[in-house]
Amino acid sequence: MYDSGKIIPGIILFVGLFTFPFWSNMGKAAPAPKPELPKTAKVCVMDTAFMKTEHMVLLNHWRDKVVREANRVWLGPDGKEYKMSIQNGCMQCHTSKAKFCDQCHNYAGVSPYCWQCHLEPKENL
Amino acid sequence: MNASRSIIFSLVAVGILVCLPLIGVAAGMTSFFGVIIPYLAVALFFIGVVARVVRWARSPVPFRIPTTCGQQKSLPWIQSDNLENPSDTKGVVLRMILEVLLFRSLFRNARMEFYEGPKIRYASAKWLWLGAIVFHYSFLVVLLRHLRFFSTPINPLVHLLEGVDGFLEVGVPRLYLSGLLLLAGVAFLFLRRVTIPQLKYISLPSDYFPLFLIFTIASTGVLMRYIYKVDVVSVKELTMGLATFHPVTPEGIGSLFYIHLFLVSVLFAYFPFSKLVHMAGVFLSPTRNLANTNRMVRHINPWNYPVKVHTYEEYEDEFREKMIEAGLPVEKKE
Amino acid sequence: MAKVPKADELAKVNHRPPQTPWTETPVEFRPGTFCYGAKPKNLEVVGLPNPRDWNPTDEDWKLPDDWKDITIKGMKDRLDKFRTFKLFMDICVRCGACADKCHFFIGSGDPKNMPVLRAELIRSIYRKYFTGSGKILSKYAGARALTEQVIKEWFYYFYQCSECRRCSVFCPYGIDTAEVTIMARELLNELGCTIDWTAGPVANCYMTGNHLGIQPHAFKDMIEFFVDEIEEVTGVRVEPTFNRKGAEVLFITPSGDVFADPGTYTLMGYMMLFHEIGLDYTWSTYASEGGNFGFFTSHEVMKRLNAKMYAEAKRLGVKWILGGECGHMWRVVNQYMDTMNGPADFLEVPKSPITGTVFENAKSTKMVHIAEFTADLIRHGKLKLDPSRNDNKIVTFHDSCNPARGMGLFEEPRYVLKHVCNHFHEMPEGTIREKTFCCGAGSGLNTDEYMEMRMRGGLPRANAVRYVHEKHGVNMLTTICAIDRAVFPALMDYWVPGVDVTGLHELVANALVMKGEKKRTTDLRYEPLPGMEDEEDDDV
Repeated sequence: MYDSGKIIPGIILFVGLFTFPFWSNMGKAAPAPKPELPKTAKVCVMDTAFMKTEHMVLLNHWRDKVVREANRVWLGPDGKEYKMSIQNGCMQCHTSKAKFCDQCHNYAGVSPYCWQCHLEPKENL
Repeated sequence: MNASRSIIFSLVAVGILVCLPLIGVAAGMTSFFGVIIPYLAVALFFIGVVARVVRWARSPVPFRIPTTCGQQKSLPWIQSDNLENPSDTKGVVLRMILEVLLFRSLFRNARMEFYEGPKIRYASAKWLWLGAIVFHYSFLVVLLRHLRFFSTPINPLVHLLEGVDGFLEVGVPRLYLSGLLLLAGVAFLFLRRVTIPQLKYISLPSDYFPLFLIFTIASTGVLMRYIYKVDVVSVKELTMGLATFHPVTPEGIGSLFYIHLFLVSVLFAYFPFSKLVHMAGVFLSPTRNLANTNRMVRHINPWNYPVKVHTYEEYEDEFREKMIEAGLPVEKKE
Repeated sequence: MAKVPKADELAKVNHRPPQTPWTETPVEFRPGTFCYGAKPKNLEVVGLPNPRDWNPTDEDWKLPDDWKDITIKGMKDRLDKFRTFKLFMDICVRCGACADKCHFFIGSGDPKNMPVLRAELIRSIYRKYFTGSGKILSKYAGARALTEQVIKEWFYYFYQCSECRRCSVFCPYGIDTAEVTIMARELLNELGCTIDWTAGPVANCYMTGNHLGIQPHAFKDMIEFFVDEIEEVTGVRVEPTFNRKGAEVLFITPSGDVFADPGTYTLMGYMMLFHEIGLDYTWSTYASEGGNFGFFTSHEVMKRLNAKMYAEAKRLGVKWILGGECGHMWRVVNQYMDTMNGPADFLEVPKSPITGTVFENAKSTKMVHIAEFTADLIRHGKLKLDPSRNDNKIVTFHDSCNPARGMGLFEEPRYVLKHVCNHFHEMPEGTIREKTFCCGAGSGLNTDEYMEMRMRGGLPRANAVRYVHEKHGVNMLTTICAIDRAVFPALMDYWVPGVDVTGLHELVANALVMKGEKKRTTDLRYEPLPGMEDEEDDDV
């Protein structure tokens, strides 16, 4: 007894399930995100490479400083003082959540909990 | 080969595998390690697994030989155990589900304890079962979580899984339990292999190698997420390129990622040619996937062939006189 | 024959593996732990390969010149014929769950008796000749070359596996070492490296119809001797018939029960039961063996011996077959017979002529287990039973490996047992039902030159018996297997003195109140029934 009636559907099921990443994207181009960079400033509080991978750590650190220690001023490595704030700090340059933050976050499937406390800016898109 | 040599061999093998992409990427071979190797590995995985299953399937199951672990179906007033001794397809399906999803047989495990006297006891031993469950399920969760790198928009189920996996809500980025459990599971499987003398004795390099490989894969993954972070967006550009067959190798992804990707590729490619095929094999195991209906429904053996037998006629020819003398009936009187 | 060490000496088992890796630990043929090689005449009778005079302790095993090709080709053939073999060579992860489940490992501590390592003995050869990684990486892939030493190792260890399948219960992939052992023994068989204790019975069974080589007239004589015995005990004369055409039922049981105590009492039990219910049955001198040592030789020899059952049922024109208490006979009947030698379309679906019960579970194979048959009789109140006649017996029940793990016959014998005796105690969970332990001598290993290994392999079973012996005063071990009945007396004497061995239907017969019986004062063993101790003398 060879059970080909069960094994062949089994193989098809296996290949079908495991190739999900390939066929689920069929016909869909997946453009890389293009976050809109600020027109006003050229540099952020840290260099771009750092900001790309570590911004969440920095923001978390800021959150702790502000909320737990009531400290609003952060001394950057460049010797400058920055205001630790989303609305009055980050978003002074990165004015649009939708055009900046969400670009990468949506692409990578990340939903940071910044906006559980902060009010989302009302943007006319 | 003794245990230490097996371990060293496997460690060295994994060490070399770590170095290859490290050197390669430094030499600018990002397309090779980011595109060609992953495609080759995935192709090998699918072709290999299917070929393996087909290879098994080409051998028939000549006899129906389930291992019966419960009461058979016989008289109507005797309660039969359809899960442990299935008498119909439903029973077989349930038995297989228990086996594949819950590791039913491993759950039976007991440890023999030998005392002077002699007195032998069989103590409960569920650790292997627990370790296996933790290892396999955390690996599954980790694998499914990675789907976020292979689709846009991302399936809500993946987010749901992430939510469950990260329910502790500690750390930034949020800590996923599955990663740690996977490492713990692998560590447990390794430690029991080297601390239980009998197990150490039977272990081959091919038992240590996948453990080291998976441990390194999980560690590099954890490192990339929590410590030496890589640019996730660039990584996803690469993985999406692979998934949509428009491969790209963006600049600036750390070599840690290439190590991770290369080891995953090795795991995929190694899978069909190693003991890891038990994933597919468990479905085909004739001692589990057949109903114990032997006396109800005739099982057909495709290569059943006639054999030489000693017929009654030959038997009677030899013993006829004695049979007649003893008053036994015979076919031919002379 | 080797002297068996004393029990307290044998009880010192070291389960720690040696320093040398198993691949570098040569096999040592120590007397008492291996069986004698097959005598040439026994192989010649059935036409099996390479008959010659040899002994496992010989340096030169006189293998055929092309033994290596035979073995590799034999492996290939079997890999192509048996999915089990192919699969079980590939998917073991060496998790070790099976390691301490084998009675031979528990009793001997020899690491090659761990099921996983036993299978590795052949898996390592499979890797070398049938897998790419094994060919290239050799020992780093767990592969090794086939040498004569390997053949010797196979012989030693695949005749230290009793094909009991206990390991397969615990294996997460259901890898069945019995299946691996069966393949290995087939390969050994092709080189003429089989044991005489299976080759002899096979040759006998082939020619005379039973393992013991009892010729037809002698078979009849022996049964009739027990007819007299039954009359002596009960005053009832039972009238068995032989090779009778037109009987409703053909009854087949292992010939061991015709030959040796305590199986003979079980045989008397069958005849008393059949007489009492008026069953229209016949014995056959041609199909006078339930057991099948061909099963321990090769699939082909199993089929050649088993063919007699259906052939004889057809010749005699019976309606169905009733099978006695036997272990591996029932593995063969339940899992192989219909496939090999069926379809039995000349028979009818078994129907108990006494209760009218149709045995739907045997509607294709048309063979019913006597425990099923008797349980049905009791359930329908067809038997008058006086269980107090067994009151001097404090009973436990040993599930024989094959009816347990190759069939699932658990409740039927227990139901019968509970109706024929008042004192029944189960051995500890983990040693009964699907987790039952082998008697230590199944699969054709019940020979005397193997006594040390039998005592070692039987230790886990004996240990469980001792537990109930000490806790409940159990003095009687019941079993539904003829090999059990043959080997347990020695095992009990060795590990648990004071426990006797019986078959299920001996207890049934003791309790059975027969029509027209005289006042019974003794059981079938001429031992006084409870309360009849004083009357014993009158009887003799």
